[in-house]
Amino acid sequence: MKNKLTIAGQEFTSRLFLGTGKFGSNELMSAAIKASRTEMVTLAMKRVDMNKPNDDMLTYVRRAGVRLLPNTSGARNASEAILAAHISREAFETNWLKLEIHPDPRYLLPDPIETLRATEQLASEGFVVLPYIQADPVLCKLLEEAGAATVMPLGAPIGTNKGLRTRDLLEIIIEQSRVPVIIDAGIGLPSHASEAMELGADAVLINTAIAAAGNPVAMAEAFHKAVQAGRMAYESVPASKLDVAEASSPLTSFLL
Amino acid sequence: MVYTEIIDKYDWNEIGTVIYNKTESDVLAALNNRRQLTTDDFMALISPAASGYLERMAAMSQLYTRQRFGKTIQFYVPLYLTNSCVNHCIYCGFNRNNAIRRIILTDEQILNEVEAIKSIGDFQHILLVTGENPHKAGVDYIENAIKLVRQHFASISIEVQPLSEEEYRRLACSGMNAVYCYQETYHRNNYKLYHPKGVKSDFNHRLDAFDRMGRAGVHKIGLGVLIGLEDWRTDAAMLALHLRYMQKRYWKTKYSISFPRMRPHEGEAFRPNVIMTERELAQLIFAFRIFDHDVEMALSTREDHVFRDRMTTLGITSMSAGSKTDPGGYAVYRSELEQFAVSDDRSPSEVVGAVRSQGYDVIWKDWDQALQ
Repeated sequence: MKNKLTIAGQEFTSRLFLGTGKFGSNELMSAAIKASRTEMVTLAMKRVDMNKPNDDMLTYVRRAGVRLLPNTSGARNASEAILAAHISREAFETNWLKLEIHPDPRYLLPDPIETLRATEQLASEGFVVLPYIQADPVLCKLLEEAGAATVMPLGAPIGTNKGLRTRDLLEIIIEQSRVPVIIDAGIGLPSHASEAMELGADAVLINTAIAAAGNPVAMAEAFHKAVQAGRMAYESVPASKLDVAEASSPLTSFLL
Repeated sequence: MVYTEIIDKYDWNEIGTVIYNKTESDVLAALNNRRQLTTDDFMALISPAASGYLERMAAMSQLYTRQRFGKTIQFYVPLYLTNSCVNHCIYCGFNRNNAIRRIILTDEQILNEVEAIKSIGDFQHILLVTGENPHKAGVDYIENAIKLVRQHFASISIEVQPLSEEEYRRLACSGMNAVYCYQETYHRNNYKLYHPKGVKSDFNHRLDAFDRMGRAGVHKIGLGVLIGLEDWRTDAAMLALHLRYMQKRYWKTKYSISFPRMRPHEGEAFRPNVIMTERELAQLIFAFRIFDHDVEMALSTREDHVFRDRMTTLGITSMSAGSKTDPGGYAVYRSELEQFAVSDDRSPSEVVGAVRSQGYDVIWKDWDQALQ
């Protein structure tokens, strides 16, 4: 790959990030992490028993040797997320944070107002904030100004595997953004991931599509290849699509 | 507006008629509905006309559950704080007329129970259960118990008498995460037959509790009906209507449902009016999952191990294990004091083994007091 992805000064060779929920076992999760070649996985702090030094899930994630991106899943407003962020920073010894604030427990859709508030505060405290948000171009710019390290707009409601339903808005976000754009939710197939990369997204984050697959490990590898292919296509500058065919006898040959 | 003002729009007998008149084509229409199912679709799926579609319903239920919750089952454990009760529920072991010894656990006994629970499993989700005795085990007692167990568990739920909005708020501040309360039956007229005296005889007071929980901002609310009192299909439809109402009004709350099923041999004095077969219970669980992909569904140790194992991957999301339903039972088990006899008496580690053997993982912790 020509251009490596850099987030808050850290370089990533892989543009695929993974979630750690929904796996049938920790063994499967760690095998999928390995097969995906990812360098960063996100983990819900509420799933980890921080009083237990040998918490199963955390042990498996650490053993995989990838960067840990704790998330605030379960927080419903900025103050809960900020408290969770502080606890997570101490427990996981990282100031990186995937900020998730979803007051709605059904579709887990992020609250833009609370997310912006929490980002402002946490970024000012030195957190590397990666906020999960709606595919809203204006919100993305506001978050960028608030100090977000990336923006993580959704492709479709989380867990739905529906693909890039917000594609038109994602294109605007990618065009405008000065921070990396990570497509975070709704990607259900490797082809969706390729599509996101071809659009120029900097990375994708996948969980359900891998964890709930019949063979999560093979699916993780498929996503790895799809993300690579999509990025390579993007960097190769795809030939333009034209709405009209170019006439073999040019229309303007009479012009000298 | 509260639900007691709305429920009377629904006529029990009419709903029953609708359900029992559903045809196979109604069932197919519901199964092929690609949008969110209506309560009318749900009625088709729980109707006798759907009994030939269980295989297809099971596959759909498994798929939706797996997508939303992954290949996981959450574990929780009930802790009975007291069997002291002022109510006369004619089906319940804690009925005040039953000549059993009444126990209200002391602080020391509660902590002994916690220790005994921790010795049998990695439980992080606890359900505190009481009979209903507002004077001897009221909200102060419950709050004290929450504070006592708080440092040992990530998530604390309660299943106690209906409280006021203010009391729910207060308990939430003390660390309570979820409230489970079962209406038992939505049949307003017959409700009183089963709950003839005591505070619980007031149908509206119990039903309005759900709005009080919602207004108090309780994180998770558990609803349910006791299967064995009235026609289970009509009660399930009423439950679905209530669930939809709650979801629209209190949209920040998570919901859980369960269907405790009375068995033919249960209790000496009361014989269930309605016997629901395992096949029917499975149908109800599948139907609820197809109707609502996000609602949590629990299957307790009331059900036996064969059925629980078979249902693990088919729609439910949480299970209790190693449960004792007599206060003090984890430290010293006394069967004569229990609320109901458990059918699955395997140890938590045996249940974990059974879940894992199906390629599913057990989640002990999925909440944190920091989020409280």
